[in-house]
Amino acid sequence: MEIALSWYLGLSAVLFAIGVAGVLFRSNLIIILMSVELMLNAVNITLVALSQYMGEVSGQILVFFVMSVAAAEAAIGLAIVIAIFRNKLTVDVNNINLFKW
Amino acid sequence: MLAESLFILLGTVSVVAALGMLIARNPVTSALWLILTLFCVAGLYLTLSAEFIAVVQVLVYAGAIMVLFLFVIMLLNLGALPQLEKMDWKKALGFVLCVIVLSQLVFIVATSLQLMPATATVAEDAGAATTIAKTLFTRHMLDFEMIGVLLLVATVGALMLAKRKFA
Repeated sequence: MEIALSWYLGLSAVLFAIGVAGVLFRSNLIIILMSVELMLNAVNITLVALSQYMGEVSGQILVFFVMSVAAAEAAIGLAIVIAIFRNKLTVDVNNINLFKW
Repeated sequence: MLAESLFILLGTVSVVAALGMLIARNPVTSALWLILTLFCVAGLYLTLSAEFIAVVQVLVYAGAIMVLFLFVIMLLNLGALPQLEKMDWKKALGFVLCVIVLSQLVFIVATSLQLMPATATVAEDAGAATTIAKTLFTRHMLDFEMIGVLLLVATVGALMLAKRKFA
C-alpha cells in the first residue's frame, strides 16, 4: 500500500464538503437527500482507510452498518418526500415552510 | 506507482462527479452523477483492498438506493429547474459555512499527519468476506440483529407514510 493515509482522508474531506454544500445550496428535497448520501460515503472512505491502515476490521463492520442505516434513511426520506408531494405538489424546500418561524 | 495513478484517477473522477451532482439542474442528471461518484468510491475501496465493502457498495448504494432515488424522481415527474436560484445572504452564509467545514477537516488531517501510521501492513485477507464475517457474527452479533430490526421498522414506517391519507 504505497498511498499515504492522508490522501484518503483529504479526499474524504473534499467529498464531505461538497455534500454539505449540496445540503446548504440546493432547494430540491431529493437532491438534499442525495447530498446526505454523499456525506455518508465520505465518512465511509475514512472508516475503511483507517481500518485498513490500523489493521483492525471493526471499521469495515461499522461501514456495513452505516450502509444499512443509509438504506433505511433513503426509504423513509423518500416516503416523506412522496407524502409531501401529494399534499403540496412541490419538493422545493422554500415552499415547505410549515415549521419555519 | 500503478496504485497511485489509480487513486488519483478515481479521486479526481469522484470529486468531479460530486460537483456535477451539485450543479446539475435536472434531478435525473444529478442522480446519474452521484451514481458515478459511488462507483468511484467502490474503486477506492478496491485500492484499499477492502473487496467485500466494495461489492456491497456497488450492490446497495449504486444499485438499490440509487434505483430508489431515480424511481421517486421519475414518479414525481420533476422537470429541470428553470433558473439559477438567486444569491441572497442565506446562500452567502451557506458558502461561508461550507468553507469553514472544509478548512476544519483539512486542518485536522494536516495537524495529525505525524500520528498516522507511515506504512500500512495490510494482511492479505483484511477485506475478505470471511474476515469480516468472523467478527460480525461473534463480537458484533447483537448489533447485526439490531440492524435487522431497524430495517424492519424502516419498511413498516415507509409503508405507513406512503399509504396514509393526509388531510
